[in-house]
Amino acid sequence: MLQAIIDSIAVGALYALVAVGLALVFGVMRLINFAYGELITAGAYSLYVTRHLPLVASIVICFVVCVVMALVIERIAFRPLRGAPPATTMIATFAVAFALEALWLIAFTPQGQTADLLSSLNQAAFHIGNLYLRWVTIAELVAGVVLLGGTALILERTTIGLQMRAAAADFRAARLLGVRANRVIRFAFALSGVLAAVVSLLLTVQQPLVTPTFGFEVTILALVGAVFGGIDRLLTATAGGFLIGFISSFLGDELPASLSSFSTSFTFAVVILVLLVRPAGLLAPLGQSSVDRV
Amino acid sequence: MRALAAARTLVAPVALIIAVGLYGHTTSIATQQNFITALVAVTIVIGLYVFMGNSGVISFGQVSFVAVGAYAAGELTIPTGPKHFVLPTLWSFLANHSVANVPSLAIATGVGAVYALAVGLPLMRLSGLSAGIATFAVLEITYNVLTFWDKIAPQSGQTLSLVPTSTGLLQATVGAIIAAIAAVMYQSSRRGRLLRASREDQSAALAVGVNIHRERLIAFTLSGAISGFAGGLLVHQIGSITPSQVYLELTFLSLAMLVVGGVGSLWGAVLGAVIVSLLDSYLLQAENGLSLGLFTLTLPAGAADGILGVAMLAMLILRPRGLTGGHEWDVGFARVRRWRSRKSAPTAAAARPAAGGGGPAAEKTGPEGQPKTTETAS
Repeated sequence: MLQAIIDSIAVGALYALVAVGLALVFGVMRLINFAYGELITAGAYSLYVTRHLPLVASIVICFVVCVVMALVIERIAFRPLRGAPPATTMIATFAVAFALEALWLIAFTPQGQTADLLSSLNQAAFHIGNLYLRWVTIAELVAGVVLLGGTALILERTTIGLQMRAAAADFRAARLLGVRANRVIRFAFALSGVLAAVVSLLLTVQQPLVTPTFGFEVTILALVGAVFGGIDRLLTATAGGFLIGFISSFLGDELPASLSSFSTSFTFAVVILVLLVRPAGLLAPLGQSSVDRV
Repeated sequence: MRALAAARTLVAPVALIIAVGLYGHTTSIATQQNFITALVAVTIVIGLYVFMGNSGVISFGQVSFVAVGAYAAGELTIPTGPKHFVLPTLWSFLANHSVANVPSLAIATGVGAVYALAVGLPLMRLSGLSAGIATFAVLEITYNVLTFWDKIAPQSGQTLSLVPTSTGLLQATVGAIIAAIAAVMYQSSRRGRLLRASREDQSAALAVGVNIHRERLIAFTLSGAISGFAGGLLVHQIGSITPSQVYLELTFLSLAMLVVGGVGSLWGAVLGAVIVSLLDSYLLQAENGLSLGLFTLTLPAGAADGILGVAMLAMLILRPRGLTGGHEWDVGFARVRRWRSRKSAPTAAAARPAAGGGGPAAEKTGPEGQPKTTETAS
């Protein structure tokens, strides 16, 4: 039971990291970015390709790949669609994911490729009795707190962060006041690329087998989590991501054998119940839901 | 007049459906499958459109109704003899009954409708992104239950096979036409108009007394019925089904078909489904070598999806509101008149009254009457 809680915290921390990147882009552009998972996949494949290089070089390349790719996708796919209906941009992000997944399939075959550079993090940091705490859990928690804090600091304390928040509140008004839209959006995407690189580093520790749908599956659940917590705010979205990861992992571990194959159903039943009671998200401030409800 | 306007809305979609059916008839048996697939896709996308197009609320859950329809129709048409053998754990009611093709489609329709009604009753209170995620949760639960609950489906996600393959070109064509007629009857009815009004302006609709929850629930249930019916057609086309065939990929592809065509119109739904589905089929065929007269095109495995993704992206960038812009194809003189008045009066506002031709307001799709976009954030 306690061990299940510790393991679930690790899973939750990972989904929280994914949710930060999703909520960041959503905050600036109101964009549900299904292609975000492909950044994570790209980072993981880059770790696989560079596995013979020194560790530091490999990690640096992973960051470069994710950031460059985030910027390229923004330029090619999303900039021409700025101002298009939300359903269109959302389906466009899905089309990008679809095309990139095909690219991974051609380049790396449907069989998984192993990227296990940081597998030493899987060792137990310490144990009390037969409770084990792995390094990667600590790394994920630290990364989660640092990245969430760092992102919040950038948003709150820097000029570009202020501009991002202004753009999120009212894009047209921000442009009229001299905020350079392209710069702000490019920065948001670059930042989400950095976050994706961290996720791919930590995710490959837990699941070294990289398949074409590696990042997509994580992203979908993290997106559900972000909305579950409240995607309008970075903190609530992150907490939602953590909760969804925690709940799904914990139910998977702790449900009795006859029910454990239905753990997904229980997780999503919780999501539905929460959204019915709090449509703006579990952790969103009270009263915010009034507009959303019919 | 209203019936006439509804009939006019039907002309283009039905003509395209029949054209696909007839053209498919002239091709080889193997190629014919591409056209049957396209027609089944049309039915699935019409199901999605009836809810999303009329309400403006996004749903990731409609494929769950396709799934239950497919499983219901599939399980009930397998003869009881072999069924006891291949599906030993099945609930006895399902195991001991077997029906013919048409009743099985009716049952699929009913099951889809009942499931949608049950799900929609609480969920239709939501809108925007929370509605999208809640319907997605329904899809996940459906997938999970169909995979693991062996009283209603094969054990641990195995293939449900031995289903009679009764969906040929004729059945697929007739099925798609039935779905199109149902969609038009709904959208030109009082109920459909009330819902469309709420899509355009939620506050105004509430102010004049539209019960949005009820209107959405009606559309959701009808959408579930059409989706269940489409599931029945699907299972009778391929003769087998697995949960992953009616899960994420179909959900996103059917959404993409609708958005590529244009969310706000039936014509968009049908056109998008036909184009994307045929493109998908031919690209997949090209992975095994597609003869193009002079030369044979062979794509590497996986390239089909890649090209499809890029093509969908290009179409969305070129036509962000869909190929049809969410407009119905207006046959008859109204089209000419609108074109003329646009030439004489450059402002869009002037063009609309002239374009009426007696059609009711909700059918008019003048430039500024474009359907409001589907909300994903609110």
